[in-house]
Amino acid sequence: MSEIEMKELEAIFDQKIANDEKIEPKDWMPEKYRKTHIRQISQHAHSEIVGMLPEGNWITRAPSLRRKVALLAKVQDEAGHGLYLYSACETLGVTREELYEQLHSGEAKYSSIFNYPTVTWADMGAIGWLVDGAAIINQVPLTATSFGPYARAMVRVCKEESFHQRQGFEIMMTLASGTQEQKDMAQDALNRWWWPSLMMLGPTDAESVHTEQSMKWKLKRKTNDELRQQFIDQTVPQAELIGLTIPDPNLKWNEETKRYDFGALDWDEFWQVVKGHGPCNKARMDARKNAWSKGEWVRDAAMAYAEKQELKLETA
Amino acid sequence: MQNNLVQYIYGIADNALILGQRLGELCGHGPNLETDIAMTNIALDLLGQTRSYYQYAAKLTGNEATEDTIAFLRSEREYKNVLIVEQPNTDFAYSIGRQFLFDVYHLLMLEQLQNSSDETLQAIAKKSIKEVSYHKRFSLDWIKRLGDGTEESHTKMQNAINDLWTFTDELFYQTDADKAMVSEQIGVDVTQLKDTYYSIISDILTESTLQVPDLKYFQKGGKQGIHSEHMGYILADLQYMQRTFPNMNW
Repeated sequence: MSEIEMKELEAIFDQKIANDEKIEPKDWMPEKYRKTHIRQISQHAHSEIVGMLPEGNWITRAPSLRRKVALLAKVQDEAGHGLYLYSACETLGVTREELYEQLHSGEAKYSSIFNYPTVTWADMGAIGWLVDGAAIINQVPLTATSFGPYARAMVRVCKEESFHQRQGFEIMMTLASGTQEQKDMAQDALNRWWWPSLMMLGPTDAESVHTEQSMKWKLKRKTNDELRQQFIDQTVPQAELIGLTIPDPNLKWNEETKRYDFGALDWDEFWQVVKGHGPCNKARMDARKNAWSKGEWVRDAAMAYAEKQELKLETA
Repeated sequence: MQNNLVQYIYGIADNALILGQRLGELCGHGPNLETDIAMTNIALDLLGQTRSYYQYAAKLTGNEATEDTIAFLRSEREYKNVLIVEQPNTDFAYSIGRQFLFDVYHLLMLEQLQNSSDETLQAIAKKSIKEVSYHKRFSLDWIKRLGDGTEESHTKMQNAINDLWTFTDELFYQTDADKAMVSEQIGVDVTQLKDTYYSIISDILTESTLQVPDLKYFQKGGKQGIHSEHMGYILADLQYMQRTFPNMNW
């Protein structure tokens, strides 16, 4: 391709982005756009399937049949999200197997929040309410992102996530209006999940390396700090409504800005977990690698069987 | 009669509960996302069926019984599920083998239960047939894939079938409550299903290049509430919250 042709393609691409038109898998796109999207979409897919683990942990112990069914369905939704996000990613010319390898080798990241342990039933409520709540804030703008398959996947993901968030909040509300033991359980879960949920929205703008380019491609519409503020402003009244206390002594309504001021986040903890040294990083990766390697003979068998069937059809 | 009916319902519903619980253990750990989703679907169907049966049993029992007191607050001896559904997820071949050997029975049983003189059981059976037909299709497809896949998968599948075979005969055992319900035209006479069951199973195993085990001794006990040693651990998980925090709403 000549340099002039390349420039023309780039101009068409830039124009499409500027016009809010979707980029489709077969359209020409800059290599960096492709790579950035593979990185972000796969990171998102990985977060869905690693995210199944902390909640999956409570399926066998859910306190009622109704809750057990709802939790199973929720974790299954996450598998579904993983499936269509991997599929969206595959349209960019990478296989699911390659993406798994990147996850297992530590080359690809996933949301750090899933490296915290789920130690009580109330954590099922806190994850739905806070973690899915923060995820929605991150993801709603992505329904309008420039890459078509990602934007369309996000429409469905967001619908289900908001259902999960309501479900999580409802678990917390039930606990908060229950016995003292249940209230304590709910408050304890909020104490443990609050700060990691705030960190989920990413490093501060000053430290975020991808923000500028991602904003240009509409892969991001608001900065991490803006999203974090939005999450806090939205969540604090919800906590008040059910009588739980946000574990931040510096949290205060600011009349002037009409927003909540809040305390400093422990960024050392954030980077420790991101770098692989959170409480459950190893356990999560071991579980994923284990499922994949133990499943190898099953996948091989399915492949061998399909080949035999095809051969039978050909010779028939 | 009421007590026999309740016991009869437990005999059906506890199978769905315990198998659903076993499948729930696998969620997030499957060999790929598609099977993970499919097996979770089966668990969801089974737990849905469980709830319908228990809600009916709770109504019949009266007092303060609910689907949850039945699911979570009985002693081990009071659960009437068959032994096969308690068997652990040793590997994917065991999970599939357990599913297949149960699904074929389950569908045959429901096809009769839909003719029950009890309208509630009739309705639950009709709804469940659709779901269980899918379960059977799923497990049967995997029996074929694993049986006639690679040498390794063939060996693993054969081993699982060999080990699980000893629990199949119990499916056709009748308790006193079962017999009473059969005589009322409420329950299914499972003894009548036995030949069809083994003939279907044998055909599928043969088609999947697997051997039909030649076994003379079988295990039973679940239907009388005498379970395998696995059951206590299943209940420890299942009942943990209700036992630790009694009399609360969740």
